Amino acid sequence: MPLKLYDLTAHELRELLTRREVSATEVCRAVFERLAEVEGTVQAYITLDRAGALARAEEVDRDLRAGRDLPLLAGIPFAIKDNICTRGLATTCASRMLHNFVPPYDATVIEKLNAQRAVIIGKTNMDEFAMGSSTEHSAYFTTRNPWAPDRVPGGSSGGSAAAVAAGTAVCALGSDTGGSIRQPAAFCGVVGMKPTYGLVSRYGLVAFASSLDQIGPLTRDFTDCALVLNAICGPDERDSTSAPGGTGDYTAFLLDDVRGLRLGLPREYLGDGLDEGVRRIVLEAAAVFAQRGAHVEEVTLPHTEYALPTYYLIAPAEASSNLARYDGVRYGYRAPVTGDAVDMFKATRSRGFGAEVKRRVMLGTYALSAGYYDAYYLKALKVRTLIRRDFEQAFEKFDLLLAPTTPEPAFRIGDKTEDPIKMYLSDMFTLAVNLAGLPAVSLPGGFLDGLPVGIQLIGKPFAEGTLLRAGYAFQQTTDHHRRQPALTGEILHAAGGGSPKDENGSLFPGEGRR
Amino acid sequence: MNGYEAVIGLEVHVELKTDSKIFCHSSTAFGGAQNRQVCPVCLGLPGTLPVLNRQVVEYGIRVALALNCEVARFCKFDRKHYFYPDLPKNYQISQYDLPLAYDGHLDFRTDDGEQHRCRIVRVHMEEDAGKLIHRNENAKAPYALVDYNRTGVPLLEIVSGPDIRSAEAARAYLVELKTVIQYTGVSDCKMEEGSLRCDANVSVRPRGSEVLGTKTEIKNLNSFRAVHKALDYEIKRQISVYEAGGRVVQETRSWDEEKGVTVPMRSKEEADDYRYFPDPDLVPLVISQSWIDKIQQDLPELPEARRRRYRKEYGLSAYDAQVLTMFRETAEYFEECVRLYPHPKTVANWVMGDLARLLNAEQVEIGDCRVRPGQLAALLRLIDAGTISGKIAKEILEEMFASGKDPQAVVAEKDLVQITDADTLGTLVDEVLANHPGPVQDYRQGKTKALGFLVGQVMKATRGKANPALVNALLKEKLDR
Ligand SMILES: [Zn+2]
Repeated sequence: MPLKLYDLTAHELRELLTRREVSATEVCRAVFERLAEVEGTVQAYITLDRAGALARAEEVDRDLRAGRDLPLLAGIPFAIKDNICTRGLATTCASRMLHNFVPPYDATVIEKLNAQRAVIIGKTNMDEFAMGSSTEHSAYFTTRNPWAPDRVPGGSSGGSAAAVAAGTAVCALGSDTGGSIRQPAAFCGVVGMKPTYGLVSRYGLVAFASSLDQIGPLTRDFTDCALVLNAICGPDERDSTSAPGGTGDYTAFLLDDVRGLRLGLPREYLGDGLDEGVRRIVLEAAAVFAQRGAHVEEVTLPHTEYALPTYYLIAPAEASSNLARYDGVRYGYRAPVTGDAVDMFKATRSRGFGAEVKRRVMLGTYALSAGYYDAYYLKALKVRTLIRRDFEQAFEKFDLLLAPTTPEPAFRIGDKTEDPIKMYLSDMFTLAVNLAGLPAVSLPGGFLDGLPVGIQLIGKPFAEGTLLRAGYAFQQTTDHHRRQPALTGEILHAAGGGSPKDENGSLFPGEGRR
Repeated sequence: MNGYEAVIGLEVHVELKTDSKIFCHSSTAFGGAQNRQVCPVCLGLPGTLPVLNRQVVEYGIRVALALNCEVARFCKFDRKHYFYPDLPKNYQISQYDLPLAYDGHLDFRTDDGEQHRCRIVRVHMEEDAGKLIHRNENAKAPYALVDYNRTGVPLLEIVSGPDIRSAEAARAYLVELKTVIQYTGVSDCKMEEGSLRCDANVSVRPRGSEVLGTKTEIKNLNSFRAVHKALDYEIKRQISVYEAGGRVVQETRSWDEEKGVTVPMRSKEEADDYRYFPDPDLVPLVISQSWIDKIQQDLPELPEARRRRYRKEYGLSAYDAQVLTMFRETAEYFEECVRLYPHPKTVANWVMGDLARLLNAEQVEIGDCRVRPGQLAALLRLIDAGTISGKIAKEILEEMFASGKDPQAVVAEKDLVQITDADTLGTLVDEVLANHPGPVQDYRQGKTKALGFLVGQVMKATRGKANPALVNALLKEKLDR
């Protein structure tokens, strides 16, 4: 019996809980003790909800003592990305703009986790409004990679990935618009899945780019991934883009068998810009699959090179529209100005948004402007169709595609902040999946110089089951996912700045709504 | 006006009286306490998503069909961006290049009796904005409050072709549009409550020219009268600009009701670029032919068809037909009366005359009128049977209107049965003749007008209950003897 409860998976904890060997309260306390130990270094959370978490854990314990049946995620500590609305708990999107926003409602996924009686530890750091690949665009602070605290955890769901890797949460929810779950999962050595567009309700996810955003799980292994996916997926009448129909039980796909599975290796994902070490790890993974009985072959996705420019027209265009509502009138930050409403809008938006958000809002506004719409936005939509068609053709021959998640392992803090294009290239292997609306998962594929490297599996629409099957089989054969960062409290305590860890804490006291 | 012709197109916004708003479950009721009919969705809170209310589409299709439009089998919603504090998302969900319906027309008649046809270019659905309430008590620190109750109330925008040629025709078009929409039952169309709003585009050109002049857009038209007066003013203004050798500037102008003039509105800081793009939170709307057919079947008979029928089947005048069909409730009341008492002209006279007068005086809607069609028919039958006179019937109607009683009951209670007994009346006639020797003499000398006076005296003595025809006959008989 390991003493480090926070290092176990959800399904392992479930066993201990149902056998009454540990209590949910003990698990919850173990996580908060771990937080006390390492959070000063990692800085994964913007807001912690210790009281709420313990109350839920005690409630679960009461039911356990009473011998009641409990849902599979009851008592499991979760971290929630801070762009998913939680009633009564600040949801800041790591932006000054929403520093004091406390939603009056729960996102659908939060309702579902509450129905599971999961324990929500707190809200995790991210790039502001999910725009970025490192958490360096957080208005508050940069989260550290638990494997190397001088490196980024990836982003935008960097806080969620770091929390799962550091043991300050067992499972987490993130959101993925162009790689924001998969890239940090790769950098932090955890499993991160972006489901098919429409599988998980977006109601309550603060929109970045509506046609690309999707909520998904970050977990330590595929069993947990299936359990969380089971809990959060399904149609939602509050989200018109959510897919109708039932989804079944994803744990049924956790078979240690990939025989006959046809795996494509997209040539374009193994060429320019890819680190040699990462390429080797992807090819080794391909060999593992082949050795387990899968057919592995090269495939081509000819429009891959257009994914990045296409993404950087569509996502900012939608963002410029989605972020128009932040004007200081009804909630969130309002710049203290005298003048008319327009003066107030301008000052609020100029000071409330960070540089990267403003850059994308301007890009998007430009792309949608009269006279440019056809040349940019409409053209991008057409290329998006071509990219989708590439995948459709590939999936005529293959069940899954295997690719790197990122061109290189986690980079150093500050390495890419000066050059937005360099930062954007960090997502070059993940963007196309969002444009095509496909499911994909990043899982630990190996290590380079002590840093985790992620490999990515891409599936047909609604073929999450196939991803789970392949991922589960891979983890039965390898043990990369079992390695844990050698993170102790002593390492980098100096790195911790004053971060707002109180419930509903605010970095900008006195600048709230009048 | 001589030598010039006006070209007018109207953009009309109609609030649909669905139970809930277009993209959420909040109530659409008018006049509720401020900011109470709101929810996270219509407040545009972060993370919320719109979900289309199918009832809005159905109501939209009803209007589209009533306006002879093609209903799109496939349409979508787009976002229209502009920053304004009454717009919670700073974009309005509307329809841009694929509207709900298009290519319709509306027939209407101006007061001079002339028939017109105006094309309907498009009908589309969109969400309403909130209301700004400006507070300027303290001139140094004015501020504004926002009421978001109206935010997300469904609107139908109906755009006419540039087919209207006069201010009077614009008014008549609008009246007919309101009548048609009220018939479909989807809106109250109350201009004073803002459930029907109208903007006008107007230009003038030399008569006979095919080229359009520079147009101005007139806003703040809050009544049918305002539409008429504002357009009259604007047409004359544009003509005088041309006459003076000037140029009309393309601009938006506001109607100042008090001063009776249109004035240029403060121009927006930037040119309008609404950056329309398809709303990614909503899926395209596919409308099946069977749904359209079903809605078509359920449409009531529309005013124009009804008017034709009233003229043809009932032999009513065009004017009577117009008045009776102005409101669907009136027309239905009238027809129910005619069904029970098949003398359309008589019924029309009562409905448009005494009943309308009572309704107007008491500000009662015909739907709430206590005199039901069956009761009015019974009253008319009492006249035909000679039980009461037409004059007494008017009194009885007033009593029925006040109390909701049946006419027979009122007659009995008030002892209003007509006196048709020749002996009783003969005695009264004798008394009147004896008491008024002067008029009797006048009559006998050929001044037949005196007969009227004598009839009046008999009616007075019976408090109007005497059968006037019988009184007449008896008087004549006795005087001529
Ligand atoms: Zn609402």
